[in-house]
Amino acid sequence: MARDSNAVRLRRELLVNLAQAIFQGDLPERADRIPLEMLPRNERGQGLRCCIHSERAILRYRAMALLGFSIQDETDELKPLAEYAREALARKGRDERLLTVIEDACSACVQSTYFVSNACRGCMAQSCSLNCPKQAIRMESGRAVIDPALCVDCGRCRDMCSFNAIMRIPIPCEEACPAEAIARGASGKQEITHDLCIACGKCMQACPFGAIAEQSELVDVLSALAVGQELVVLFAPALAAQFEAPLENLVGALRRLGFRGVVEVAAGADQAALAEQIELEERLEAGDPFMTSSCCPAYTGLVSARLPKLQPRVSSTPTPLTLAARMAEQRFPGVPRVFISPCVAKRREALGGSVEHVLTIEELGAALVARDIEVATCEASLADIPATNLGRRFAAAGGVAAAIAGTGGPETEAISGLGKDSLRRLRLYASGKGPAKFLEVMACEGGCVAGPCTMAEPKAARRRIEGAAPGGAGQGQGA
Amino acid sequence: MDPIEVTICAGTACVVMDGSQLALLEEHLPPRLRGRVKLRGANCLELCHGHGAALAPHVLVEGQPLERATMARLVARIESLLPAGH
Repeated sequence: MARDSNAVRLRRELLVNLAQAIFQGDLPERADRIPLEMLPRNERGQGLRCCIHSERAILRYRAMALLGFSIQDETDELKPLAEYAREALARKGRDERLLTVIEDACSACVQSTYFVSNACRGCMAQSCSLNCPKQAIRMESGRAVIDPALCVDCGRCRDMCSFNAIMRIPIPCEEACPAEAIARGASGKQEITHDLCIACGKCMQACPFGAIAEQSELVDVLSALAVGQELVVLFAPALAAQFEAPLENLVGALRRLGFRGVVEVAAGADQAALAEQIELEERLEAGDPFMTSSCCPAYTGLVSARLPKLQPRVSSTPTPLTLAARMAEQRFPGVPRVFISPCVAKRREALGGSVEHVLTIEELGAALVARDIEVATCEASLADIPATNLGRRFAAAGGVAAAIAGTGGPETEAISGLGKDSLRRLRLYASGKGPAKFLEVMACEGGCVAGPCTMAEPKAARRRIEGAAPGGAGQGQGA
Repeated sequence: MDPIEVTICAGTACVVMDGSQLALLEEHLPPRLRGRVKLRGANCLELCHGHGAALAPHVLVEGQPLERATMARLVARIESLLPAGH
């Protein structure tokens, strides 16, 4: 189902505006004007949640996150974006936190996930109230009322109501988080427990208010490009599926943006596929019951945080990014590497030291727009380290398993999307009862092409990955 | 009646502003519009006119531009072009 979102539109428009200012060299001068220009008084300010000033203030916080700062660190509400911009331009090194909650944007959703609607007749049975284990429901003016302080969200009242008058209203970010890492804090707004967070980005995708933002390295990378600093770009295979253009044109676009070297991370995936096949054979010979993939850092983070019994079964093969980063260092020694990522989790992986910087696919897209670069019309160019179609297909769910099974290997299974059902399936494997010998796990439904920081509709992107549509990775440089 | 021609801009700004989902239009057409739309993709249609990403994504419906296109607005525009009773 197509799902248009103003939260996504605003974020991307803001990214483009910031990228333009960075490239033009007037970020500090322009930064405070951007929220005003995006929300002019007589245009789009109407019909928003409170008033235009509140919307602009929230946009200012979004900009602050995109400049690389945590909203929670704000000590002076009057500190202008210009000052943050100057600090960002002078910054060396990265903040290890990845996501930040914009408290002013968080609507604090609902007090209780269960809500008594107007359909309540205030019936004589009062089954909802009588069966509530916490006595959280009282009758008021002929209707049931839930006390949010007592409600424990068990849902018994909904099950008991003969009129279906009680409904469950999910808190989208909590509902989406597979690691139970986000919950209402003392302020009544959502708070992330960073020790539990696996950086899957699902909360960011799920929040209809766009209240969860990434702390970006946009300034760090684009300001380096703007002054002609040498950088090598390593792009995730999911990037090639974003544009209706041949891969060679995308490589040309990256060169036009100013990157000295261009490396396909899919080249690392080619190596990883081979290494995982060998590792799997060795493990099975040694008596291991099965092995799981290791290329999705959100999945491996979940294993560490919630599924320790699976830990010994996770492949020890380095990730495609790690392998590609090593190749890039050999080819371009000493040149800082920038990874173009489809998700937040791979940003965390990169923080481990495999590359110097990370931009998301969205951020790269914004940089291309800011530089007025049309991917489809860029001069075709070959990557300095190209890949085969085998590695490029790692971006779509099933790609890793297909690479293993494609050699006549053992039975494989692919889990795509971390949610309640897939967690049950993973627990089955953790208990030793899974049927397959190789288990691929991707945190995003559909694989990396559906990552929280991608732009293209995942179905269309997947078609391009598989080479079914023109301009896809499958039709790029030959295997 | 000739099919209604819809051209989706696949330029970089339109992709960045979430326009790629519009290519799935045929899956979102109500039954009475199915088979009555001729969909084609195009490289940048150059409809930004200096506005960068602000008005993207762009679509042409029977040659007429639709700015800030969403799936719902696109379907509504197509419906508005069908004569009554069709």
